[in-house]
Amino acid sequence: MDADLRDGDGGGIVTGTYVPHAAGYVDNGGPKVVTSRFGHEDSFTLERSLATGGYEGLRTALAMAPDDVHGQIREATLLGRGGAGFPAGVKWGFCPEGVWPRYLVVNGDESEPGTYKDRLLMERDPHQLIEGCLIACYALGLTQCFLYVRGEMALAQERVAAALNEAYAAGYVGREVLETQFSVDITLHWGAGAYIVGEETALIESLEGNRGMPRLKPPYFPAAIGLYGQPTIVNNVETLANVPWIMANGAAAYRQMGSEASPGTRMFAISGHVVRPGVYEVEQGITTFRDLFYGEEYCQGIRDGHELKMFIPGGGSAPWFFAEHLDLPLEAREVGAAGSMLGSGAIIVMDETTDAVKACHRMVRFFARESCGKCSPCREGTSWEEKILARILNGHGRPSDIDLLLDVGDNISPGPYPVASHADEGLEAVPFPPRQTTICPLGPSSVAPITSTIRRFRHEFEARITRGDGIPVAAAVPAGEAGS
Amino acid sequence: MSWFDAANERIAREVLARYPKPKSAVIPLLHLAQEQEGWVTPDAMTEIAELTGTTAAEVLGTASFYEMFKFHPVGKYVVNVCTNVSCQLLGGEELLDHVESTLGVRAGGTTDDGLFTVEDVECVAACTEAPCFTVNYRYFHRADVDILNEVVADIRAGRSPLERGAAGDGGELPEHGTLGRVRQHVTADRLAGVVAPEQVDGPPSWMPTSATATEGAS
Repeated sequence: MDADLRDGDGGGIVTGTYVPHAAGYVDNGGPKVVTSRFGHEDSFTLERSLATGGYEGLRTALAMAPDDVHGQIREATLLGRGGAGFPAGVKWGFCPEGVWPRYLVVNGDESEPGTYKDRLLMERDPHQLIEGCLIACYALGLTQCFLYVRGEMALAQERVAAALNEAYAAGYVGREVLETQFSVDITLHWGAGAYIVGEETALIESLEGNRGMPRLKPPYFPAAIGLYGQPTIVNNVETLANVPWIMANGAAAYRQMGSEASPGTRMFAISGHVVRPGVYEVEQGITTFRDLFYGEEYCQGIRDGHELKMFIPGGGSAPWFFAEHLDLPLEAREVGAAGSMLGSGAIIVMDETTDAVKACHRMVRFFARESCGKCSPCREGTSWEEKILARILNGHGRPSDIDLLLDVGDNISPGPYPVASHADEGLEAVPFPPRQTTICPLGPSSVAPITSTIRRFRHEFEARITRGDGIPVAAAVPAGEAGS
Repeated sequence: MSWFDAANERIAREVLARYPKPKSAVIPLLHLAQEQEGWVTPDAMTEIAELTGTTAAEVLGTASFYEMFKFHPVGKYVVNVCTNVSCQLLGGEELLDHVESTLGVRAGGTTDDGLFTVEDVECVAACTEAPCFTVNYRYFHRADVDILNEVVADIRAGRSPLERGAAGDGGELPEHGTLGRVRQHVTADRLAGVVAPEQVDGPPSWMPTSATATEGAS
């Protein structure tokens, strides 16, 4: 199923290799569902797509009843790749009966710290994504699809626009697709810089021309009330990119990859202190973090003989893991039980040279900057967290600051916060997800770096506070003594 | 008379026609305004309000939420340096320091000649290629001081620096405001037809209303 698609690199590789024109992508020789065309330099063109099985999944789907197409996706157990991991086939089934029109909104607003996969999928294989959208629209009776691409991704917008123009002209999108009754418009829409728009109800608000603030829940799914108050399916780019393969090869073939609970492959971006950081397509459920970090076909170990200190397993919102968690499989439920999440497939690896307080502060600063301001606990809390961490970092921390940080966090996410086990201290994991006093998970996510690092490296915080590292020279001279 | 020039006025109409409700076009039209002027002027927002059936206050309310919209002139080239954790681990902050000292402005500032604006930004989705920066949202991966110096020299000399950038991107580097150099354009005969939601009262023709099977592809 993925033979001949690795031309140009010699074939038969076990150590894997970077694919130069797909920056960061490493062909690890494993099964390929969504990256099968990445080996081709012109993978984003309609010509290359058609020469390598493009739109075959759509043809298969159009020969079937819409319900049967939906059935294939349900049977494949295609889990959402945006972060929550909810099965797409089940989500598709949430549209209320008899309410029309319905919309498809594609979430290409990839902004979670550490996440780099949807941009590659849009830049390198936009036709695969378009085909996935078409199949979803056919199965669910949707005549309008909005493809929301993150504003900062100029090349991805170009590639998607060009692919849509080609696909419209060639009869794959638009009126009477491939001379059938199926007609659908796909509109490229692009954002303007706001992480929160990745939350699906905020995405819909943004698409309606508003500030991207999440909507009050329930309803929990826009499938009930979404864009313009109509049933709306919101799917991640990678999720839809899997759909053509499933239609062309069948749900049974898809389920042969990965594990029972998490079939298929997933794209993981591993960044930070590894020898070969990169984006890898990996079988879910059976590969472990250790395989990824140390495997010859993957990241080939921690850089320059350094040691692993900690890693973030699922993007900036995920609680942090440590060496004792390396043997966990890349499987959503197991990672969740261990106190974190696989999230958006973003793994950040940090070695022993990393300053835990500094890294924690930088991640919290992200949430403080990106809070949309709708809910007070998040609007106020994230900025408090950031300020307290900044003063600790700058040498002005107070002994009470560590507990104060935890207290502020408790106001955003009350009760025990998800955290990894700590075997040396005999501390057990608190399973994911966190509780929240907010509409969306952004605020609670800001607590993850804090609880993760304080539980493990409280001494680093205390040292910062007692030593007063970084007190500016000018402040060391008491005002009354100046000039005496 | 429209605030948009004739060519952009046509584009604006085409963009509006792609949405079931005109307010959805607010963000794309703000980008178009920024493309024409380099920043979003009050007059542009008034015009967008007219085109989308909203008020200038609503347009500003939306626009001011999003980081990419600028409400004052910025440099022709906006240099965004990522300092989030993946980049921080591999020197993103030092890279930002270098940009600031090389160009002589702090993050948020614009050089006196109006050529460069520097920003300290959040994750731009190039984490495995850290540290990275973008110029007008075009990527430069695994960056160091040398790459940055070359890019600055290229721009000052009027050359496109994109060949030094992320694999797969090349050609001219547009000035700030222009994102994609390719636009979506659909000819009228290929459009399926965009209708307002209230004008739809049933499933599309290919969906079975009962147990009848749909027709297959030819």
